[in-house]
Order: sequence, then C-alpha cells, then structure tokens
Amino acid sequence: MATQNGSAAGKAPAYNGAAYPITDHTFDVVVVGAGGAGLRATVGCSQAGLRTACISKVFPTRSHTVAAQGGISAALSNMHQDDWRWHMYDTVKGSDWLGDQDCIEYLCRNAPEAVYELEHWGVPFSRTEDGRIYQRPFGGMTTDFGKGTAQRTCAAADRTGHAILHTLYGQALRNNTEFFIEYFAIDLIMNSEGRCCGVVCLKLDDGTIHRFRANLVILATGGYGRAYFSATSAHTCTGDGNAMVLRAGLPLQDMEFVQFHPTGIYGSGCLITEGARGEGGYVTNGNGERFMERYAPSAKDLASRDVVSRAMTIEIREGRGVGKNKDHIYLHLDHLDPKILHERLPGISESARIFAGVDVTKEPIPILPTVHYNMGGIATNYHGEVLTKKNGDPDYVVPGLMALGEAACVSVHGANRLGSNSLIDLVVFGRAAGLRAAELVKPGEKQADLPKDSADLSLSRLDRFRYAKGSTPTAQLRHKMQMTMQNNCAVFRTGQILEEGSRLINEVWSAMPDLHVTDRSLIWNSDLVETMEFDNLIIQAVVTMDSAVSRTESRGAHAREDYPDRDDKNWMKHTLAWIDDEKKRVNLDSRPVHTYTMTNDIQYIEPKARVY
Amino acid sequence: MVELALPKNSTITNGRTWPKPVNATNIREFRIYRWNPDDGQNPRVDTYFVDCGDCGPMVLDAILWIKNKVDPTLTFRRSCREGICGSCAMNIDGTNTLACTKDMSGIGGTVSIYPLPHMPVVKDLVPDLTRFYAQHASIEPWLKTVTPAPEREWPQSHEDRQKLDGLYECILCACCSTSCPSYWWNGDRYLGPAVLLQAYRWLIDSRDEATGERLDNLEDPFRLYRCHTIMNCAKACPKGLNPAKAIAQIKTMMLERQV
Repeated sequence: MATQNGSAAGKAPAYNGAAYPITDHTFDVVVVGAGGAGLRATVGCSQAGLRTACISKVFPTRSHTVAAQGGISAALSNMHQDDWRWHMYDTVKGSDWLGDQDCIEYLCRNAPEAVYELEHWGVPFSRTEDGRIYQRPFGGMTTDFGKGTAQRTCAAADRTGHAILHTLYGQALRNNTEFFIEYFAIDLIMNSEGRCCGVVCLKLDDGTIHRFRANLVILATGGYGRAYFSATSAHTCTGDGNAMVLRAGLPLQDMEFVQFHPTGIYGSGCLITEGARGEGGYVTNGNGERFMERYAPSAKDLASRDVVSRAMTIEIREGRGVGKNKDHIYLHLDHLDPKILHERLPGISESARIFAGVDVTKEPIPILPTVHYNMGGIATNYHGEVLTKKNGDPDYVVPGLMALGEAACVSVHGANRLGSNSLIDLVVFGRAAGLRAAELVKPGEKQADLPKDSADLSLSRLDRFRYAKGSTPTAQLRHKMQMTMQNNCAVFRTGQILEEGSRLINEVWSAMPDLHVTDRSLIWNSDLVETMEFDNLIIQAVVTMDSAVSRTESRGAHAREDYPDRDDKNWMKHTLAWIDDEKKRVNLDSRPVHTYTMTNDIQYIEPKARVY
Repeated sequence: MVELALPKNSTITNGRTWPKPVNATNIREFRIYRWNPDDGQNPRVDTYFVDCGDCGPMVLDAILWIKNKVDPTLTFRRSCREGICGSCAMNIDGTNTLACTKDMSGIGGTVSIYPLPHMPVVKDLVPDLTRFYAQHASIEPWLKTVTPAPEREWPQSHEDRQKLDGLYECILCACCSTSCPSYWWNGDRYLGPAVLLQAYRWLIDSRDEATGERLDNLEDPFRLYRCHTIMNCAKACPKGLNPAKAIAQIKTMMLERQV
C-alpha cells in the first residue's frame, strides 16, 4: 500500500503499519464543501427528501464565501429598468466569448429568483429608500447591451458573502442537515465503470477514517488561489475537489484562466471590493493621473477586472507606480461622503485601517493586482453534472458526480469572471444541483457495494504523507511552487516565461517524494493536512502552467504578449487537462464552446472586439 | 470537598525553548501553549523566537512563520487571514481576539498565546466549539414568517434595516463568549453573549414574525438571565460589536411584553 516514503518507521501513536480502521456511512447524496454552493445544494437535496451529508474541512461559516464583499448580480430592476438579457450580454462579453451561452442564459434568467429566495431566507440586504434591495454598479455591468452603466449588484453593505453564507448555514440547520464538520476529504471512490460512488475522509479531531457511500457526490470545494504566493484567497483555498477529480482520471477545464483582482491591499493581499469603485472610487498612478480613462474610455474604473489589472501592471512597469519603489497603485475613496463610506463600505474601511494603516476618508489605499478567482475547474453542464470527453463525446456526463461554485467550470465565466457573478453562480447552480439530484436519485435507493479497493487510493496517500521522511519540509516546497506561479504565470505571460515556469513547476512536482512531515500524530495533524493540501495544489499548478503554455492567444485573463490578439479561429474552445501522476505529465485536449443558447428567448451573441 | 487546584495532568509545565533564528536583528519572543492528546504529556508552554524582519505584522503571521520555519507541529485554526471567517480566535496577551487582525506592535514584550479560555482543548490552540455551535443552532438562526412570501423581496425600510447593523456582522469567533465569566461558570446552561447577540439579530429583524416564540425560548433564568453586565464581551469583540447591549435589549423586550 505504502510507497516511497511510506515505510512507517517513524514514531507514531497508533495504526503504525496496520490497516486503518474505517467507519462507513451511506447517504443518498454527499456534498463536499460548505460554502455558498455546497450549502445551497445541501438545502435543495434535503428539501427533495434525500438523505444528505455535508462534509467540510472547516466549520461552514468559515468557508471562503464569507469573504465575498461587493455583492451578487441579478437583474431585479430595483434601481432602473433591467433585463436578464443585458446581464447575459455583459457576462458573455466579460468571458471574452469563452463562456457557454446556454449556461450563461441559465445563470442570468434564474438570478432574480435566486436572490429573492435568499432574501426570503433572511439575508440582510442593504435597502433603497423605498425598502427594496439596494443594487450598486459593478465592473462590466451595463444596460441595453453595453450602452449605459447598470446598477445590478445586490449588496449587504460590503459584507454580502458573509451575510449570504450565515443565512445559508441557518437554512441548512432548519432543514436538519447532517453535517460532518472538520472532516478532510482525501479522495473520491470511482468504480470500474467510471461512476463516482463516494468519498473517503479524515476526521480531523480524532484521526479516524470515514468512508461515505452515496448515489451522488457533489463537489463544492472552491478554488485553488493558494497555488500562488499572493492571493486574496484564504489559506484553506486549496482546490481539494479539483485535485480529487484529476486523481480520479478526469480532466480540469480552462485552468490557464486565473483572475487577478485589481484591488488587493499592497503587502497583505487582502481584498478591497470592486464595490469601492462601484460607489465612485478610482485608481491613480504615481503622477496622480486617473489612468483608466486611457485604457477604457467609456467604462473607466469600472472596466472588467482583467482590463484594470493589465492597465495597472503596465503603469507600474512603465515607471508610473506609486510608493518608494513605484511598485503599486492608489485607490481613492477620500473624495466620497464619509456617510456613504460608513454605510456602504464599512468592512473595507476597517480592512484598509488594519492592513494598510490608512484612513480611507483621508488617504488613498495602496493596491496591487492580486490572484483572486479561478475561472477554470471541473467541467460541468448547467445542471452541475460533471463532464468529460469520452469516445468522441465532448459532453459525456460522469455518472454520480457533480461540481459547483469556484470548483466548477460550467462555464459561465469563460476567460474572465465579472465581479458579483460568482455569488450568483453559487446559488443558481447550487439550486440547479438540488433540482437535478431530485430527478436522478430516489430517497433511500439501494446502492451497489463499493469496490473492494475503494479506500486504497485515499489510504495510500494518507499513509505516504503521514510518514513522509524526506528532507524538504512541506512549507519550503510549497513556497517554491507559490513563487513559481507568481513569477511565471502572472497577469502578462510570454511563451518563454511560461516554458520556464513549466520546467520549474515540474521540478517542484518531481520533488514531492522528498517531502518531510514532522507531526506523526493523528489528532488535528495540520502538518499532514497541509501536506495533502499542497499535494492537491501542485497538480493544479502544473495543469495551470501547461494549459497556459499551450494557449497561444490572448483571451480574458490569459494575456500572452507574444500572441496579443484573441484567435477565435483556433482557440474558441475549452482546454481540457488530465494528469498522469506516475509519469508526472499533463495531457491536453479540448472541447468546443457551446455556440448556442438554452432557449429562443435570446439568440447566440456573436463574438466581436471586446472594448470597455 | 471542592478541588481548588488543577488536576495533576492539567498542570502546565515549562516546555521546550526553540532555537533563535540566526542573523536576525528584530527578534520577538513568543510563549505558546502546547498540548498534544496523543502523547499523554501535560500541557506545556513552548518558547519560540520569531524573526519579525522576515514575517508580516500580525500575530497570525508570526505563528505561521513558526509553523513554516521552526515547528510544523504547532497547531491552530486559520483561514481567511482578514478577520471575517473567525477561525483564528485565541487568547493573545491576555485578551481573546483574532490572531489575523492583532498587530504585534501593539503588544509589549513577550507575546503569550493560549487557546480560548474555559473551552475543552482538542490540541494546542484548537478549542472544541461543539457546544457553542449547538447553542447557536438552538436559537433557530433563520427568518421565520407565516405570511405567504411575496413574489419579490420582503419590503424593509432603510431604518428597519439599520437596526441590524452591529448585529449581523458577528463572525461566530467565540471571543466574547469565552471571555465572559458567567459563561465560564454556566456555559452549559447560559447561552453566552455571541449566541444572544445572534438571537437579538432575528428578534429585531422587521421581516421576522416569530418574536413571541423566540422570546419564549429565551425566557429562562439561565439561557438569558445569567448575563450580569460584566461587559467583557464588548471589550473582547474583534469586530467592535456590543453583545452586552443586545442582551440588555432582549431583557427590555421581555419586560415590555409583560406590561
């Protein structure tokens, strides 16, 4: 069972060299992850009468949805006349036409209902003077197919994710969800026909192994921002579900598209919401110039995130940064009414004070583009079902497996996500997954026996790392990965830098057998868990780098200086990436972008130049 | 007889002093509570030396530095590192707070770190919050309505929405509850400041239609009335909220419905 490091020679309290005892559970549905998408799916499945488990490595309200600030988009028409078709047009344009338009239609037309549902569940949305949900302007959101600025982003001050996550947790409690909290999912159980039939977990507080058998496994495990050195993402954003999918022999899609948020606090990388610019904030360079006017004459500071991040990077590169080393940019809110700041942006005012020592009513905030969101992930359709390419079918549904939220690549965000489209993605597709689960699974349906070797993959991984006694501590090798991604797979990319990145990141991958884990205990062994998380991150990092090397065009967040133009002829397609962990190689393929909509209520939006 | 001394296996011993970083000019001493249930030893306090020139300004930065560079076995919860997830609550320099937003420069001398007080310890700085979470669930933290839901949102005036400010921001970090002496003594029956603040958040929500039922659920000598306005909660809250005020307002609501 054990390989390389796993000779089990170190001192350890129990199970040394012996089989790990396993506790078995059977559910209709198992949801992995308790962020916005996971909780919404859990509630939906419970309401459908399915016995549902929700497994999370952190207590639900600690999930990273809690850190979402600015809002959740939906064409409610609370501030002006709005239309889900306009929202769809903006999302398609934001995605640089890489998004699947049937899925984007599903997202935008179901968005208002999903927001009303959240409100009915108790989300404390900010209000307009007439008592309706307040909506603010956000980047890339327009009216009438690009003509005006839309106020479409529903907000609870600048703590919208927190308000939504706590509310969804309350709903899960109300529906008597069976939570398995502080359980770390190690690997999926796949049978010989390629069906997912469960997941194996480590219970952190006592070190026991739990095997969950289910007719349906829903992965809502979030993004992998921590593959980078500086990210707005939490320490726990390690894309565990993505990595489980890779190890299960399935591909990840569009992994080269990594969103840099224009306004991470310089130094700490903490997020300052795009809502700050939505409320009237603007960025300036070292000359005090509002440079966005040059890059995006009509949308200016409210251009799409990839556009603003590139503009900032160019300003800094051309010597017009601010600060002693001219290596960052300023975000101004000091011209805004302190009352507005207090009411609508209290959270980031506090963050700026704590992490930058800045009083936003008087001084600008030092900012830098910071890794924020992964457009790529597990390929799915708009029901949440996981897709792969098999026997020539690019939309082959993997039975028994769904993916949601940042872990998934539906793809509604394509090459670049618009701000406030992620929270709506969580609840719309979380809800869709519950509806689909009710069609696919019957409550209490008998389940086949698990394959004999169902826990082998998980336990061999666990055991290998638990006794890893090489010479490189996890933190050291992880740092090397993070610096490589930061330096070689950033806002601007060239073939040469990416090739070097690919070599360096493959070196890190090859160095995994030399890892050293110090903590040999079983109870809350965070050294072991961080090592398994790093093992999850490194394969996503490798896949990201190699997908970026391969895509020889510029589209959305993937900006190649050696291929500055979008190339619809050759690259209007999704990248698929598999790994071969034995041979340490990445295999690439592609599947076509859906160039059709879901209904006749809107026609396919033809690609055109993307100008803001 | 009442046992006033700690049981022998709970006495905290002096632990290991870890080596100082070499070539560092700005060194800070940290004394950190350690307890590993796997090794059968007493809890101890380990001494670490952090190179502040090589790590960020917050206490969380320092303990991450220790974990990454000195002692990977040091165990604590952490996630968002920006004060919104509530994972890294611990007792720092004698006060319950979030390690991620606690600036080291505000602490004089050695930085001492213990787990949140009066909670069972799982390992090192990781407390067992099971009871705290169960108490939170017991106040039924969701909107209750009997009127059929409207097609669109429930209307809520600007003023009614403002009543939720200072309440809905709670991150369930448990800093306040575990700083409350009344909760230390009666944590099994007193709900504690965090949970009562949450209870008030639903009581005062203009959309909620279960006020009476919610108050009935709190009408109890222990669940609500063990608050003795000690105010440690308001002092500890890393988000600047005032649970004591929320509790006082629940007590007022209780009185008002009797007259």
